[in-house]
Amino acid sequence: MDVLRTEFTLNDMPIEVTLPVRATLADAIRSTGATGTRVGCEEGICGSCTVLLDGRPARACLMLAAQARGREIRTVEGLAAGGRLHPVQESFRRHRALQCGYCTPGFMMLAVGLLEREPNASPERVRAVLASNLCRCTGYAPIVDAVLAAQQALAGEVI
Amino acid sequence: MRPAPFAYERVESVEEMLEALARADGEGAAVLLAGGQSLIPRLNARLVRPRRVIDIDGIAALDHLELDQELRVGALCRHWRLEEATSLDGPWAALREAAAHVGLHPVRTRGTFGGSLAHADPAAELPLAAVTYGAEIELRSRAGQRRVAAEEFFRGPHRTALGPGEAIVGARFPSPKPDGVSAFAEVSRRVVGWPLAAVCVVLHAAEGVIQGARVGLGAVGPAPRRAIEAERLLEGSALESSAIDAAAVAAARACAPAVADGVDEDTRRDMVEALVRRTLAGLAGAVW
Ligand code: FES
Ligand code: FES
Repeated sequence: MDVLRTEFTLNDMPIEVTLPVRATLADAIRSTGATGTRVGCEEGICGSCTVLLDGRPARACLMLAAQARGREIRTVEGLAAGGRLHPVQESFRRHRALQCGYCTPGFMMLAVGLLEREPNASPERVRAVLASNLCRCTGYAPIVDAVLAAQQALAGEVI
Repeated sequence: MRPAPFAYERVESVEEMLEALARADGEGAAVLLAGGQSLIPRLNARLVRPRRVIDIDGIAALDHLELDQELRVGALCRHWRLEEATSLDGPWAALREAAAHVGLHPVRTRGTFGGSLAHADPAAELPLAAVTYGAEIELRSRAGQRRVAAEEFFRGPHRTALGPGEAIVGARFPSPKPDGVSAFAEVSRRVVGWPLAAVCVVLHAAEGVIQGARVGLGAVGPAPRRAIEAERLLEGSALESSAIDAAAVAAARACAPAVADGVDEDTRRDMVEALVRRTLAGLAGAVW
């Protein structure tokens, strides 16, 4: 089988993977042991595989591993720093924005990507972006609450 | 699921892409992979099983967006760039709005303009915008290049004027009148869903009278089309409510939606009528 070596950056660490050419970026990430990135539908619908690609949310199931060459990928494993949860993680915990947790890393990366690029996003904008991913447990309201609260927390940190 | 096995080739320039396409022509079943937001789901589901995948995602020369007299969009321009281009206002606002409706927020990070045109989904927003604005699609092959009017490019569901060995390199949107206005709107089941009907309108007026009108309809036929009769009814009018009504009715009559997604033909016609009325009424303030 055709295999290909690909190098990219995963959570600030240079990574090198050798995988079949038909492997996706989600496969590549998970092959490194970083299994926080989940795979659900593999057709771009559910969003559980959402990661940050050069700072923007993207579906890791809709990209070949080879297409990540030279790109900067961030996953849920890169959020906590110095033994402290990221404000978005902390807010998800506090607002009970997860039950089974399968969708959670994808939602967090979607939220982090939005809040980093658009710290002043309106609640409507936050809701519209969060509509990109699916959650089968929470009914979404706690997720929206968590992200809006995290937005406040992040704004506080900057000051 | 994973795609069926394929040979993978990455190209870095337009010339390399055309070479690879020409070479692959003999063996058949090669596909160009750009952002992959439509192709990869189809590969994963094994709806397509190409022998060779030519990855054009990294051709930097095709990733551009330039606005001067006209607008030139490169085949690899990502949807987010159109969505975030604040210079696209007034006559260009509908294009920007159309881009903001493509797929989902994370899909717009990767999805490309050329990919959307090549995929030619009858409900896709950017093909509708290309038809409404009268864009010309630029095609290249090893044999040369040609331009095809968007109205002739889209032949039906997932069918285009692309010939063997040909690839989309970009599109040119002719300059609308500078004082023009435009709007885009669609109806879908969810904010992020595929449209059941979509409307794109570009108008320009002089002293309160419509001089030129373009009304495009998407998702309600085998390919996006202009509603010529509705355009004719608008030109010369002052966008008064009777003209808006007449155009909305004419647009609804001009389309041939299929029953889809549990929504019947008449309902989708009603959606077109409502969308045309809504977009025109929204623009009326800007024209007067
Ligand atoms: S697994 Fe990628 S969107 Fe569902
Ligand atoms: S917490 Fe279970 S799917 Fe979202």
